[in-house]
Amino acid sequence: MSSIEERVKKIVAEQLGVKEEDVKPEASFVEDLGADSLDTVELVMALEEEFETEIPDEEAEKITTVQLAIDYIKENLG
Amino acid sequence: MSRRRVVVTGMGMVSPLGNTVDETWSSILAGTSGVVPIETFDVSAFPTRFAATVKNFDPSPYMPAKEARKMDVFLQYGLVAAIQAVQDSGLEITEEDASRVGTCIGSGMGGIQAIEHNAMLIAEKGPRRVSPFFVPGAIINMVAGNLSIKYGMKGPNLSTTTACTTGTHAIGLGMRTIQYGDADVMVCGGAEMVTTPVGLGGFCAARALSTRNDDPQAASRPWDVDRDGFVLGEGAGVLVLEEYERAKARGATIYAELAGFGMSGDAHHMTSPPEDGAGAALSMQNALRDAGLDVEGVQYINAHGTSTLAGDKAEIKAVQAVFGEAADKLAVSSTKSMTGHLLGAAGAIEAIFSVLTLRDQVAPPTINLDHPDEACNDVNLVPWETQERVVDAALSNSFGFGGTNGSLIFRRV
Repeated sequence: MSSIEERVKKIVAEQLGVKEEDVKPEASFVEDLGADSLDTVELVMALEEEFETEIPDEEAEKITTVQLAIDYIKENLG
Repeated sequence: MSRRRVVVTGMGMVSPLGNTVDETWSSILAGTSGVVPIETFDVSAFPTRFAATVKNFDPSPYMPAKEARKMDVFLQYGLVAAIQAVQDSGLEITEEDASRVGTCIGSGMGGIQAIEHNAMLIAEKGPRRVSPFFVPGAIINMVAGNLSIKYGMKGPNLSTTTACTTGTHAIGLGMRTIQYGDADVMVCGGAEMVTTPVGLGGFCAARALSTRNDDPQAASRPWDVDRDGFVLGEGAGVLVLEEYERAKARGATIYAELAGFGMSGDAHHMTSPPEDGAGAALSMQNALRDAGLDVEGVQYINAHGTSTLAGDKAEIKAVQAVFGEAADKLAVSSTKSMTGHLLGAAGAIEAIFSVLTLRDQVAPPTINLDHPDEACNDVNLVPWETQERVVDAALSNSFGFGGTNGSLIFRRV
């Protein structure tokens, strides 16, 4: 089973159409990975699907980098 | 005020007979059918189990996978055909002339596959699973929208939705836009993809489709006595229309002049034409007048000819009413015998076939025409084989549900 980090990176790469090696922890979805506002909505939905969880909109707005996504999943899955 | 002339300088196509204009046109001249059994979903419970589908479609040379994923298939077809047309035209859009370049590309039904998919998601998983790209990925005007973004076209940005006349109206309105001076270039056409459970189910329920499941390639047989309905097609056609002096000045390839456009309404029935084809006749008359041509001036008609019992007959009656004795000298064919009926894209691909008829001086055939309906006996319907013809002007007809009609006339330059 892949780690949470690997699963998050894979989804980000798929959703935003970027290479996995460019999905660095500090990368910002909008600034570094070329996402627009609709892309980030869809990215959060893909994370919800993968981790079978629901991320409230006010939390989702704060998830702006790869690391923040990993942290959120770790904190809320346990 | 003298009217500005409008010419065709680029063409693109995704069709059941090929994913380029050239591939499709050689299949058309060879009399090939694009009809196949539907294999993309379970059709066992449907009365019709075949369609003229697009084969081996790959949008990746035209757009990143990430962009394609956000678009219903009809948008992908439309955008690919439009990019081909722009590339073919050699058009370069600069900062200075961006506001003079526009687009008008329509669809009869739009993103029905995306609508179905998201309706299922809501039913199964609730509203939180609806994609943020559902609306921009499904609405009808987004071929035009996406195209304008890609090329920086800042002129008129339009879309038509008039059922099976959509493509013809989009081209005609694009022509008017240039004639009236609102733009110098308009990229125009139609796109359609409704080979889905709801699309197929809807046309089956309307009793519009052929049910010749034992021989799908013989199912689209316009004017034949054994016709039993149309065959669903899918794809897109797009033309670059350009003001004549501008096209000449930049040394563009000018395929033909778009000389006339006519429209009319049947005011009769939701899905059937009047028996005498009066609406169709009025549409053709209006196009002839607009082109300043008398009936002797037109030598070829790319008919709407869908292979329905009432529609085929009414169109021939209308042709005979308009052309009188000159009807005997016409070649009239239905390329839908090979492509099926592309609904909102039909008028656009058939406009391209009409342009190519002028370029190559050949009338494409009506395949599957073994025993013409006796009402059509006196007309050359170009059965089975392509005919070499002298064609100075070609007329293309489209008629749609709601009784909406359109005719275009292309002329050699």
